[in-house]
Amino acid sequence: MPTINEKLTEEIRTQAKALLADGTVAAVIGYSRGSLPMTVKPTVVRASEDCGKLVWNSFCVLNLANYLPEVLKSVEPPRGPRDPKPEGPLAKVAVLATGCWSRNIVVQTQEHQVDRDRVVVLGVASRGMVSRRKVEEQFAGREILAVEEFDHDLVIKGADFEEKINRWSVVRDNCQTCTRPDPVLVDVRIGEPASERKNPNPFQQVDKIEEKSSDERWAWFTSEFSTCIRCYACRNACPLCYCPTCFVDDAKPQWVGKSLDAVDTGLFHLLRAYHCAGRCTDCGACESVCPMGINMRMLTKKLNKDVLNLYGMEAGMQPASPLPLTTYATDDPQKFIVTEAKAVKEGE
Amino acid sequence: MKVFRLSQTELDNMVQGWSQNRRVYRPAAGRQQSTHADCAPGWERVAASTPLTLPPGPSKTSVKTFLFPQPETMQTYTLKSSDPDKGLMKEPQKATEKQIIVGLRPCDARSVKLNNLPFQEDPFYQVNLARTVMVGFTCSAMCATCFCDQMGGSPMGTEGLDIAISQVDGSFIAEVLTPVGEELTAEIRLTPAEDSEINALAERRKNSPQADFAKLDVLKGRDLNTLYKAALWQTLGESCINCGACTFNCPTCYCFDVQDEVVRGQGRRIRYWDSCMFPLYSLHTTGHNPRGQKMQRTRNRFMHKLKYFPERYGLFSCVGCGRCVKDCPVNIDIREVMSDLLAVE
Repeated sequence: MPTINEKLTEEIRTQAKALLADGTVAAVIGYSRGSLPMTVKPTVVRASEDCGKLVWNSFCVLNLANYLPEVLKSVEPPRGPRDPKPEGPLAKVAVLATGCWSRNIVVQTQEHQVDRDRVVVLGVASRGMVSRRKVEEQFAGREILAVEEFDHDLVIKGADFEEKINRWSVVRDNCQTCTRPDPVLVDVRIGEPASERKNPNPFQQVDKIEEKSSDERWAWFTSEFSTCIRCYACRNACPLCYCPTCFVDDAKPQWVGKSLDAVDTGLFHLLRAYHCAGRCTDCGACESVCPMGINMRMLTKKLNKDVLNLYGMEAGMQPASPLPLTTYATDDPQKFIVTEAKAVKEGE
Repeated sequence: MKVFRLSQTELDNMVQGWSQNRRVYRPAAGRQQSTHADCAPGWERVAASTPLTLPPGPSKTSVKTFLFPQPETMQTYTLKSSDPDKGLMKEPQKATEKQIIVGLRPCDARSVKLNNLPFQEDPFYQVNLARTVMVGFTCSAMCATCFCDQMGGSPMGTEGLDIAISQVDGSFIAEVLTPVGEELTAEIRLTPAEDSEINALAERRKNSPQADFAKLDVLKGRDLNTLYKAALWQTLGESCINCGACTFNCPTCYCFDVQDEVVRGQGRRIRYWDSCMFPLYSLHTTGHNPRGQKMQRTRNRFMHKLKYFPERYGLFSCVGCGRCVKDCPVNIDIREVMSDLLAVE
């Protein structure tokens, strides 16, 4: 009996092959096998005969929407920066998308980074991606040489051990709290659709930090981000970060210091999170790619909570309306505005 | 050369003894909680009562942070008009205090020597090199991500170390390799290793993977332009997200940028780690960027390590520690890049 992921892999290959063979798309963005256990390589396939290398498993932690704008550009005929857009329809690109990734494509469309008409979404319901770090922590001190995946278990193998663990127990935190595993955009359906998951409080992890006193919160923040090496993997793995020059790279003016000073590192993370407010789909790519294991997702998750509570909006769920932070309504909550009267009252 | 045999307790006592009056660092156990402000990510100060055990493979972050700190203050100055020295660049007092690094692996020890080739005349690197004592642990086994032998090192290698510690049958054999190492071991009463133990260690070293220069020789013989124009870079560059996880955790990536930081009139000129993966790295003041495309930056990292550096200094700028292989968010594996390069005719 093939596993769920083996069946999905087969379906992805067949669909990708068909789309490339009949010229519907010029490229397919997917994943191919990685060189280490629990890794996969994001891959752009441009020839139908190469579709056999595409795979689908529980370790597809990077958000493929991240590659979409660039791959779309790559299939356009080459032109100079001042040349007009070529006439006629431009080539299309197919991309695999789960719930959160598809919501990121919605955001990219809202922000004019992606032309929806040029994208063929291969929609696949996510069963939750596994955190390689969680597995490695469980097997600390022992080297994992192979991981075999079954529908509900993972078999972890080393030189002198073989252990079966429950798959869900090592699924990433963001996937465990996710309520929308099914893609919101589907042009070609891969596998079966998934229904919404019940989760009375998807923000439980954030609440736990919010319940702390301000001193404890500060202690959490400084300790959590103290090991940051400023490699910017979190930023570069994020489909929301597409500025030609990021504020941390800007030298004129320089907004943030470049070294490992705690103030600079903290500022980078806070500003990065704020730039994602109202746009983040909690795909967890930032946290998954961090080489130092920092839980920077807690910052964006907190902002997701605020945007939901203040404006009733979730990124990628309202394709027709403007993004919450690019618009306003006269009855917007404005408790955060400090008026003279309020300041006096609080001072008393 | 003096060779000693130590039990776990004796080893711990020795290291803790050093930490009484010196700075002693070791790879952080688990996720590091910064206890000392002077600690770099991935390392911790040796504290009393923590037994020294190391998981297999290299430490999370490399030893370069002690020789090429992030950041390093190069000059200081004041911009206060009341100060007669306003605008005068001053050299900060150089740190001379010894620092002992315990628990680095042979790959990292070798990286210090490799980085010393471009940093031969770099005063900052030289000062740090002179004050750093390296007490390494050889590897009794290689991890699946290790490939030090293919890059010209070996898991039982001692190159670059002051003291090399090997685990043999439940006890530790310490080989004292330099006068600095001798100074450190002279402070404590240690049991000299028996001849049989020394022989067992030599035997193990003989049977462990040896430095292999075959790949280096082949790549050195290849035409640079052909490698530069190879088709593999396009595919590689397409999946690379251009973060610095590889370069910053790499022991042999040594690029830096220089910047001035001024706080309340007090300025310092610092050098801090830069990465060829970042667009700003190669941006000219004219606005032109010779490596404006992602692919060009990805290519540069590998060409530098596997072709440019060997052409200039005769060795790969890679020690095969496998950190980049483990940490790359998109699983770019330098071993695969190398075999792809070797296949380019």
